[in-house]
Amino acid sequence: MQVPAQFQYEKATSVGHALRLLAKYGAESRVVAGGHSLLPMMKLRLAQPEALIDINDLDELALIRIDDGELCVGAMVRHAALLDSAVAGEHFPIFHDAERVIADPIVRNRGTIGGSLCQADPSEDLSAAFCAVRATAVIEGLGGRRTVPVREFLLGPYETALTDGEILIEIRVPLGVSASAYEKVDRRAGDWAVAAVGVAVRFDGETGGEKLAEVGIGLTAVGATNFVAVEAEDFLRGGPATAGRITEAASIAARHCHPYADQRGPVAYKRSLVATLTARALTRAVARHHGER
Amino acid sequence: MQITVDVNGTSYAREIEPRLLLVHFLRDELDLTGTHWGCDTSNCGVCVVWLDEVPVKSCTVLAAMVDGKAVRTVEGLASTEGLDPVQRGFKQCHGLQCGFCTPGMMMTARALLDTNPDPTEQEIRVAISGQLCRCTGYENIVRSIRWAAEYEAAVDFGDDLDEEVTA
Repeated sequence: MQVPAQFQYEKATSVGHALRLLAKYGAESRVVAGGHSLLPMMKLRLAQPEALIDINDLDELALIRIDDGELCVGAMVRHAALLDSAVAGEHFPIFHDAERVIADPIVRNRGTIGGSLCQADPSEDLSAAFCAVRATAVIEGLGGRRTVPVREFLLGPYETALTDGEILIEIRVPLGVSASAYEKVDRRAGDWAVAAVGVAVRFDGETGGEKLAEVGIGLTAVGATNFVAVEAEDFLRGGPATAGRITEAASIAARHCHPYADQRGPVAYKRSLVATLTARALTRAVARHHGER
Repeated sequence: MQITVDVNGTSYAREIEPRLLLVHFLRDELDLTGTHWGCDTSNCGVCVVWLDEVPVKSCTVLAAMVDGKAVRTVEGLASTEGLDPVQRGFKQCHGLQCGFCTPGMMMTARALLDTNPDPTEQEIRVAISGQLCRCTGYENIVRSIRWAAEYEAAVDFGDDLDEEVTA
């Protein structure tokens, strides 16, 4: 039987209450949301917090809304809610693409967006998706609020920009992306990615002569610095989205990531996947921009 | 710590350790052993129950988290009118062999039909994609859920028909 070690349990009734509880219990306390990453780690003693601060009742963090030109996704939004959100799907199909292949429907009923980002698992899908769309993390501590680009929020495996006593409140995604997509290869339904790629593109110029004003490419599970393919983004920015340039960008992304060999495949295979999936995601996003699904 | 939980319409108050998982609370504290305990890692789905109407894997939920909330288990499927149509479907279509995955499968099926009364085979397969049947009986499980959907559609279509049949 896998059971966590003993801990103190507190149920937060507001963000302020949660912050005060975190301050009270100190560095060995952890916030628990859906618990679908933290509880399995606690069962295996990979995590052994002395206190859990449960934020499941903080409905104010479970909202998806448009505010001031940004899509705001609360940290307590469940994966299933993001997948069901028409407004999120309308502006950012990348989130629906990704959510469809994150774990399984029952896990998605419980797991949260904030929990996924704070777990900072190198194979977690939303990290690359939020990096692709250049989202911002809103963080609150007893000293007030601050914002950090998600590209700088994720410092490394299981490591984020959150300091002791802080809580991730919401993710803000600037509107204005022309199209987006997420492509993943996994070994079986609901598994972690062997590799996955999320892209977001913004076009400007007249139809027919459009150029890519901005490109975001997020890479999952292949050791990309900050989960992004900066070199491929730089290559594409400012030019048209032709098939040839997409192929070249995909090859650049594959060259600059750092996958390691594991039970999901050797390095060469993963690099090959990055090239294939980057091209596929870019092509799909461009097709969506031109009105295809 | 003290928690009070509504399970299948009955209120239970218990003194628990914060680390107690919901699946063990149901099975060991309340003797509701219909909910099965499988992989412990939120992969297999035999422990699926409803938490405030939403199916969850109860091996990855703390009992402390459900204080003040409502849980529905497989024991809460049948009513005074008899077995739930989902249960009848599993019986009609041989939707189980060893029965280990069955409680979780049926709780997910009930939730699916409540939101999507006429699911396609593909939608059913997606809905149960987080649940494993090691007797490899998916074909009959899908058929059982379709049977329940069609049964409920027929009953809805002819309310009086059901009474006539009973009479």
